[in-house]
Amino acid sequence: MLALAALHWLAPLVLNPYYATILARIGIAIIAAVSLQLVNGVTGQFSIGHAGFMGLGAYASAAFSVYLGAALLDSLGASGLVRFLYFPLPLVCGGLVAAAAGLVVAVPTLRLRGDYLAIATLGAGEIIRIAILNVDAVGGARGFSLASASHTAVDLRFESLAGVYAVAAVSVAAIARLVYSGGGLAFRAVREDEIAAESLGVPTTRVKVEAFLVSSFFAGVAGALFAHTEGYIHTNSFGFVRSFELVAFVVLGGLGSLSGAIIAAAVLTAAPELLRGLGEWRMVLYSVLLIATMILRPQGLLGQRELLGLWKSHGAARS
Amino acid sequence: MENLLQQLLNGVTWGSIYALIALGYTMVYGVLRLINFAHGEVYMMGAMTGYYAARWLGVAGTPSVAGLVGVLIASMIVCGLLGALIERVAYRPLRGAGRLAPLITAIGVSLLLQNAGQLVFGADPKFFPPLLESHEVLRAGEVAISNIQLTVLVTAVLLMGALEYIVQRTRFGRAMRAVSYDAPAAALMGVPVDRVITGTFVLGSMLAAAAGILVGLANPKIDPLMGLMPGLKAFVAAVLGGIGSVPGAMAGGLLLGVIETLVTGYLSSTYRDAIAFVILVLILLYRPTGLFGAPQTEKV
Repeated sequence: MLALAALHWLAPLVLNPYYATILARIGIAIIAAVSLQLVNGVTGQFSIGHAGFMGLGAYASAAFSVYLGAALLDSLGASGLVRFLYFPLPLVCGGLVAAAAGLVVAVPTLRLRGDYLAIATLGAGEIIRIAILNVDAVGGARGFSLASASHTAVDLRFESLAGVYAVAAVSVAAIARLVYSGGGLAFRAVREDEIAAESLGVPTTRVKVEAFLVSSFFAGVAGALFAHTEGYIHTNSFGFVRSFELVAFVVLGGLGSLSGAIIAAAVLTAAPELLRGLGEWRMVLYSVLLIATMILRPQGLLGQRELLGLWKSHGAARS
Repeated sequence: MENLLQQLLNGVTWGSIYALIALGYTMVYGVLRLINFAHGEVYMMGAMTGYYAARWLGVAGTPSVAGLVGVLIASMIVCGLLGALIERVAYRPLRGAGRLAPLITAIGVSLLLQNAGQLVFGADPKFFPPLLESHEVLRAGEVAISNIQLTVLVTAVLLMGALEYIVQRTRFGRAMRAVSYDAPAAALMGVPVDRVITGTFVLGSMLAAAAGILVGLANPKIDPLMGLMPGLKAFVAAVLGGIGSVPGAMAGGLLLGVIETLVTGYLSSTYRDAIAFVILVLILLYRPTGLFGAPQTEKV
């Protein structure tokens, strides 16, 4: 809490807006990576269409803010407290819409296994993206700006870095509680051996759908944060390239390790910016580093371990 | 009616290009169970190599069949070597390290080729030199076929015929089928598995290079990011036909090309990209092994 408060008051003084944007993106990447880790690493179901849910959350929350939130903020007066109380609303809205889509995608596709599931999620992600691209109310191919046409004075952007990290902390804590609780063992049982888990009475389909539902909810929250910090969104940000990037966070961090996903998300999001001094070569070097790290550590940075013993001991005590 | 026939013809032409790319995905999946996401970039490199080869060979300004064949062969050789290099550097070190690590290096190679391509070739679109002068060769009523469409179709059919011959009738093809069926058993029987895998990458990359040249002929604007969407669509085509199945990739590619062209022609071009993925999800739900794949049973 103290750190967040310090971040809230000090960040605008110390950081220039460029660094603040990068830090916000890292926070968002962490939420997306940890949510994907729940499905890919912990439950062992391979999804490569996660950006679609992020995009849906981003657009749903942006539409909520532009078409409802602007009027609401205008009538209540845009004081700090009102804004503080308002901003969780579009985030939850984005999360819920993404979770609903997650349910629609999960129920039929989770019958598939392995590569076929991965391919189906890739297709689902692209369908979501192209569907949004064809909705004119959210800008279509022009992209969608977070500005209301009738309430022009209201600023719908959310610029508090502390806010981003508060949401990230809550999201990570929620997923960690879920994964390292007694019930969380069911996720890992499905990953280790689906047939064995089923024969021991684990409702495998339900467990998989649950993981997918929670995962797409937080992907939607990440997307909603993205929309409200950037102030402008375009479906190009939520294509399969973005999905692949999220998969890279998860695999590079170590499948099943939440802290690994956090580290990989932070490093891989910061890397292109840190390499900016190299000019045009930076993305070339970034891809070479990605390939090299994967070859040197195929199990990912942390493997299945966690960096903080806290989470692990919680689950181990009951197992 | 004539419009429909014309659309079908265009669809088959475009579909044969998908089919050529899809073959590379399906063959690599067959021997390695790896989705080679860098394959779309090999196709891009094919078109780019063709662009430069046409200049070096001095055929860029003078359209001729000999020039086209020269450019095609040059590009196929370069991309064949590129495919072998990618396999050696990015996939072989990870053999036995599970299935996900190579998937990430595949994404890494894809990013690398896109970004290196933008750096080396420039991010702006280039215009593929006209290796053939475009004219109509056949016209029946409203339906016309140009020599370029005919060249695309004939080249694609010849290459697929050659591939079918290699897979079914040569020692290498038999080794490839053996590795695809059961790699450890093939290794025990003395099949040099690593060499077969390299050979598979070379073959697949050569076909992708040919697809790149044919696209350059039909649709001359080429750029370093051109491989992304066609690569993914060709992958959908491979799944549609049954991933791992060579005739399946051919049929899937043609089918996808025709469906896309019909959707663009009769519904809306904005849904063109979505239709491929809708087909993908439907086929996975109702027939996950594709049109030509054999169902698999799971052993406990």
